[in-house]
Amino acid sequence: MPEINIRDALQMGHHEALENDPDVLIMGEDIGAYGGAYSVTAGLLDEFGPERVRDTPISEAAFVGAGIGAAVGGLKPIVEYMNLNFALLAFDQMINIGASLRYMSGGQVSVPIVYRAPTGGGIQLAATHSRSYENWLAAIPGMKVVAPSTPADALGLLRSSLLDPDPVLMVEHVLMYQQKGFVPDEHFIVPIGLADIKRPGSDLTIVSYHHAMVTAMEVADKLAARDVSAEVIDLRTLRPLDMPTVITSVKKTNRVLLLEENLKTGGIMGEIAAQIQENAFDFLDGPVVRVGAEDVPHPYNRGLEQSMIPSADKAIAAVSAAYGI
Amino acid sequence: MQAEAIDISFKTELLSLYQQMYLIREFEERSGEMYTRGHIRGFLHLYSGQEAIAVGAISTLEDRDYVVTHYRDHGHALARGMDPKHAMAELFGKATGSSKGKGGSMHLFQASRNFYGGHAIVAGHLPLAAGLALAARYKNTGGVALVFLGDGSVNEGEFHETMNLAAVWNLPLVFLLENNLYGMGTAVGRAHARGGDFDMAGAPYGIACAVVDGMDVLAVREVARAAIEKTRAGNGPAYIEAKTFRFRGHSLADPVNYRSHEEEMEWRKKDPISLLGDRLLQQDLTTELELLEIRETQDDVVREAIRFAEESPEPTEDELFTDIYA
Ligand SMILES: Cc1ncc(C[n+]2csc(CCOP(=O)(O)OP(=O)(O)O)c2C)c(N)n1
Ligand SMILES: [Mg+2]
Repeated sequence: MPEINIRDALQMGHHEALENDPDVLIMGEDIGAYGGAYSVTAGLLDEFGPERVRDTPISEAAFVGAGIGAAVGGLKPIVEYMNLNFALLAFDQMINIGASLRYMSGGQVSVPIVYRAPTGGGIQLAATHSRSYENWLAAIPGMKVVAPSTPADALGLLRSSLLDPDPVLMVEHVLMYQQKGFVPDEHFIVPIGLADIKRPGSDLTIVSYHHAMVTAMEVADKLAARDVSAEVIDLRTLRPLDMPTVITSVKKTNRVLLLEENLKTGGIMGEIAAQIQENAFDFLDGPVVRVGAEDVPHPYNRGLEQSMIPSADKAIAAVSAAYGI
Repeated sequence: MQAEAIDISFKTELLSLYQQMYLIREFEERSGEMYTRGHIRGFLHLYSGQEAIAVGAISTLEDRDYVVTHYRDHGHALARGMDPKHAMAELFGKATGSSKGKGGSMHLFQASRNFYGGHAIVAGHLPLAAGLALAARYKNTGGVALVFLGDGSVNEGEFHETMNLAAVWNLPLVFLLENNLYGMGTAVGRAHARGGDFDMAGAPYGIACAVVDGMDVLAVREVARAAIEKTRAGNGPAYIEAKTFRFRGHSLADPVNYRSHEEEMEWRKKDPISLLGDRLLQQDLTTELELLEIRETQDDVVREAIRFAEESPEPTEDELFTDIYA
């Protein structure tokens, strides 16, 4: 298969799911006739019809909750949010119902639903449209959260999410839909809960995910020019976290940079930093380095927004300050 | 003598409505160009076609009244008296913008004029308006709150919750629904149980309902005036549906392939600005020349606003950290 982008990979994944399983249906705002805010579902309404590709009213709590109900009733819904920021209207459904039913029912009830949502800043949509709440949902037992940064991971994780008996949220960074990469021709899946070493190295571990992976690779390139060999781990799944991959790498490199685009306070990297010091404290040459977005609402102005989001240079400066490299 | 004075002030008022609607149209169309040229980014939602609603309704308000709207907000901001320079500079993300470049097109605010946004989460602004109405009544200011909303917001829970709360608390709140027949790419009939009939949307809550031709600024003004007077007098919330059409796409990123060119052309025949202009001409209240002068003056105002925005400085980096807390 030639290189394709993340949008195309997701579109393929939806197409194949609709084709292979009559219980799969897709719902969301403007996903049908309009083709989706980011065109992920383009063309699907024409091919599969309105019973299976369902445009919804602007009623997040209702259609997300109905998706959960449909999943309990034996269907396999994929519910698209136009943007993860709008999921706030349906957090009650996702958390108090979707993520809790199995436990509250003592294991009687399954909720095999897939939520998908564009997220992330960087395109000047200001405070209400740019935040990333995947870390909040990754704090909820009963949820699974995946965040692909390549087309192959997007397709492989979508397939795994559809096979999963529990609610899975896939977040898609708005700046990455055009990101290209190779996708294997033969059938494959990417298991939920498995991180990926996107670049092996020996002197520093960089842990990242989503669009911050682009920055992480840039950091690794720039450090390579200084003869520092960085190992870059793409988490890919935020819950459950693949800590063994992270800990093994940190024990090898003795240094770690945790890099995310999400707000630093309360970000997923705070949790990972804590687990590293619990499990690999004696292996560290210095403090865990954590770089995230500035703790402010997203500004509209381009320059301000860019200085809010962490850059490779800022991350390198933090690494140098901590480890003298 | 007195009759003549009334006539003149009436005429001035009508020309002012014309002037405000034309200002908004010109502001919107030039903003669209500035977006295409990359001066404005993010999402840009134009109000072209709907001018009669903001202008007609806001013209009946007093200074002490509150105005709240959604993200298609330039028209409401300008009608409430925001300086076009500050609005345009905000669209450009400049330090001189109404929110210092931090909010952008979807989040215009001018607290000094009781204009409380500019909100980009569909229906998220409705409870805020109810709270402002509560504050006005609690403090006995005599003020009311006027909240504009899109047809899409009727499908959110916040719409129904706010209607109910406003009715239960008898708040001085007027809901003005701008039914432009589409919520993004979805025709109202495809998303609403009553097929996009919003005329009685307040009825389940015992809220008085009115319907008005949203292309006719004078009709909007009359209906809005009646609703506002009624709510100001302590009779509780009111609801108005204004029937209208957005001449442009949902945002500048919208290819508009969900509705026909013919539909747009039919609505453009009812252009609210020409409608008022023609009526004033027919009644000999103005001349072609006078209208032309108004338009040319407003063209200059918008040109000046763009120049101001272009020449204004970017916010300094420390602005990233200001305005989060007092
Ligand atoms: C809670 C929420 N869901 C979805 C969106 C995305 N969205 C923005 S505008 C819009 C359509 C709203 O249509 P309408 O209320 O009719 O207002 P109009 O744009 O026609 O003025 C949608 C779906 C949003 N901003 N907030
Ligand atoms: Mg609408």
